[in-house]
Amino acid sequence: MLAYIIRRVFQSVLVLLIVGLVAFSMFAFVGDPVDNMLGQERTQADIERLRQQLGLDRPFIVQYWRFLEQAAQGNFGLSYRQGRPVAEILMERLPATLELAFVSGLLALFGGIALGIFTAIRRRGAAANVIMTLSLIGVSLPTFLIGILLIYVFSVELGWLPSFGRGEVTDLGGWTTGFLTASGLKALILPAITLGLYQMTLIMRLVRTEMLEVLRMDYIRFARARGIREKSVNFRHALKNTLVPVITITGLQLGSIIAFAIITETVFQWPGVGLLFINAIQFVDIPVMAAYLMMISVMFVGINLIVDMLYFAIDPRLRVDRTAGGH
Amino acid sequence: MKTTAILTAALLASTSIGASAETLRWARAGDSLTLDPHAQNEGPTHTLAHQIYEPLIIRDMTGAFQPALATDWAPKADDPNVWVFNLRQGVKYHDGSDFTAEDVVFSITRAKSENSNMKELLTSVVEVRAVGDHTVEFVTDGPNPILPSNLTNLFMMDKGWAEANDSVTVQDVEGGQTTFASTNAMGTGAYKLVSREPDVKTVLTQNENYWGKDQFPMDVTDIVYTPIQNAATRVAALLSGEVDFIQDVPVQDLGRVGETEGLVVKTAPQNRVIFFGMNMGADDIANDDVEGKNPLADVRVRKAMSMAINRDAIKQVVMRGQSQPAGMIAPPFVNGWTAEMDSSAKTDIDAAKALMADAGYADGFSIQLDCPNDRYINDEAICQATVGMLAQIGITVNLDAKPKAQHFPLITNDQTDFYMLGWGVPTYDSEYIFNFLVHTRGEDRGSWNGTGFSNADVDAMIVSLASETDLAKRNETIQSIWNVVQEEQLYIPIHHQVLNWGMTSAVGTEVSPEDDPKFKFFTMN
Repeated sequence: MLAYIIRRVFQSVLVLLIVGLVAFSMFAFVGDPVDNMLGQERTQADIERLRQQLGLDRPFIVQYWRFLEQAAQGNFGLSYRQGRPVAEILMERLPATLELAFVSGLLALFGGIALGIFTAIRRRGAAANVIMTLSLIGVSLPTFLIGILLIYVFSVELGWLPSFGRGEVTDLGGWTTGFLTASGLKALILPAITLGLYQMTLIMRLVRTEMLEVLRMDYIRFARARGIREKSVNFRHALKNTLVPVITITGLQLGSIIAFAIITETVFQWPGVGLLFINAIQFVDIPVMAAYLMMISVMFVGINLIVDMLYFAIDPRLRVDRTAGGH
Repeated sequence: MKTTAILTAALLASTSIGASAETLRWARAGDSLTLDPHAQNEGPTHTLAHQIYEPLIIRDMTGAFQPALATDWAPKADDPNVWVFNLRQGVKYHDGSDFTAEDVVFSITRAKSENSNMKELLTSVVEVRAVGDHTVEFVTDGPNPILPSNLTNLFMMDKGWAEANDSVTVQDVEGGQTTFASTNAMGTGAYKLVSREPDVKTVLTQNENYWGKDQFPMDVTDIVYTPIQNAATRVAALLSGEVDFIQDVPVQDLGRVGETEGLVVKTAPQNRVIFFGMNMGADDIANDDVEGKNPLADVRVRKAMSMAINRDAIKQVVMRGQSQPAGMIAPPFVNGWTAEMDSSAKTDIDAAKALMADAGYADGFSIQLDCPNDRYINDEAICQATVGMLAQIGITVNLDAKPKAQHFPLITNDQTDFYMLGWGVPTYDSEYIFNFLVHTRGEDRGSWNGTGFSNADVDAMIVSLASETDLAKRNETIQSIWNVVQEEQLYIPIHHQVLNWGMTSAVGTEVSPEDDPKFKFFTMN
């Protein structure tokens, strides 16, 4: 067990290092931060001086090593754009993204499961067919279009919900939350739907397929034959057995909800890390880009590591010593 | 800590109750980069700073000079190398301390320091000295007739405040430091900073003790500034009444905003001209299919290219009427601009073809055009239109459009042979254009001249502008330089950009050519 965990942790660290290396080799193609930092009146001498001070004249391997060295000491440098410590900026922005991801995740999970069950049980009903057709739109429409459509309908035409921002937030000592004010909650609705819609349709389709599969199983037929009530068959026996893959998928999708919040955050001017990242790309704010990419990869690698360990705990077959040969 | 929180809450409550009717909610695409007034020479940063800090002289909403912290200024009678500024008396900073000549000396010295991004505007200034409490002398390295126009974005900080808060030096991002002045602001301006979350929200409230309280409308009592990056969202926020005033209205939404009850769009020419540059200096260029020579080195080819471009079509189709075709690369209010030169560009395909044949390129050639796609209004679409227009005279253009962060280094590093560039003139004088775009590329001048154009006579004329005090003679020199630029077809001008501001009909303002609203001039009905 311990050897397995150590091996997986070691692999994870390796993945992180490679992600960082690839990221740093890409930064050279994003553009030159010096141009944005100095303005149009700068001279060639200013450019040279700044490039040298920032270490941009050195090979990317050296820049990457410097980043790693400082990151190991908890120092992610200063944002070129804002001139403030990157760690501070990320911590300021993270609550917005996490709250949005949390609400979208809940929406996707519960909405998806409920609709999935409904469409599986009433699979020949008109309502189920309408939902299935609409879900195709949810899967195929790009996020920014859904966001703009929602803004157009609910902000511009109906005037019910705000089109941008987080509303009023309460500061709980380093964590800003929009859950405690009416305007904060209202501001959450449209972005959460936009961000969660894709995952919701995904989960719904997954639940439906799994459920249809399970409903064909012998034990369900036997349960029906024994005269157990329909409700009990559907929810106690069938649903329970569909949830295992759903939970796995949801766990993995949680990472992508946070990572892909970028587009939703840009459309709704949601002050989270995704918007920060977009701004960083436009300004070639290398310290922020580097820290964000590392943060996201740590998150993905972390989630995968946990999932792997859970499998290990659940699936006895993995406990076979691998060096002894395959099967 | 607790008391400050309560105080801030009380302050917020009192301001919002006191004048809720005149709160202006303002949105534009970008946020200010820093509150330090000398750390960045950039539009949105200066716009926010202008509400809180003041320079000696400002430009009003039409672009005209107006005294701010200086009441009058003139070259010293017996020494042409010295400008004398008389300062406004009785001006107080937001914290109650007096504005004096000491503060000017401190601020200019700070703006000239190593880490300042404003220092290029002050290269001619050798010394600033206080003569009494309310008079300041600027000593320049030679006569500098246009010094005042370099001072309109140079803000005055309080020396005592900067010293007390460890902000005497400008923030040094590369050195890894943050300063108090980059996250706090305390000036003499019409508005005080209440709170600020970068990229999220900035709140300002009126300065009750502002010296100009009775001279300006000052109808706006509170300002809530939110950057909204996505253009569609920004327009939606105005349409749904969540903001009162937006900058950067996309051209395709102008009609929608203008037709909405209670909203208006106001338009004015911007201080920015869009044009193409061509590498004429090299013997052979890399991005074309002509071996051994450079077609762009031939003035006939450059003239033919300019003639092939139909500026009216670009205006009507690409810009939806929102541009002003240009014949020279100076915006109309700049000293040296003439109506004659600006209307000189004519479309004439036959003449262009004849010129191409004359130059030996009857069959045309192919070349790469580098273009930004996130900097100017419809920049990539203009380039696409140009591709089609140049094809008419046989020039095959391969368009390569990139984000600005990748595009501009191509120009400054000599890696492009045909490129788009836009230029604004903060000093409102042609010298600024010549220094950056016409002078031979070198240490101090010509940093944006990607054409390879180099003419010793022209360079000498450009350098002489800096110290020529006889304005009539200076203007003559400016005209002769323009004549060369036009004859050589150094650049292919396209158009002057037009600015659009969207606002509720209650807001009254003119559109400033610099795209920088100064809210003390705004009226609210």
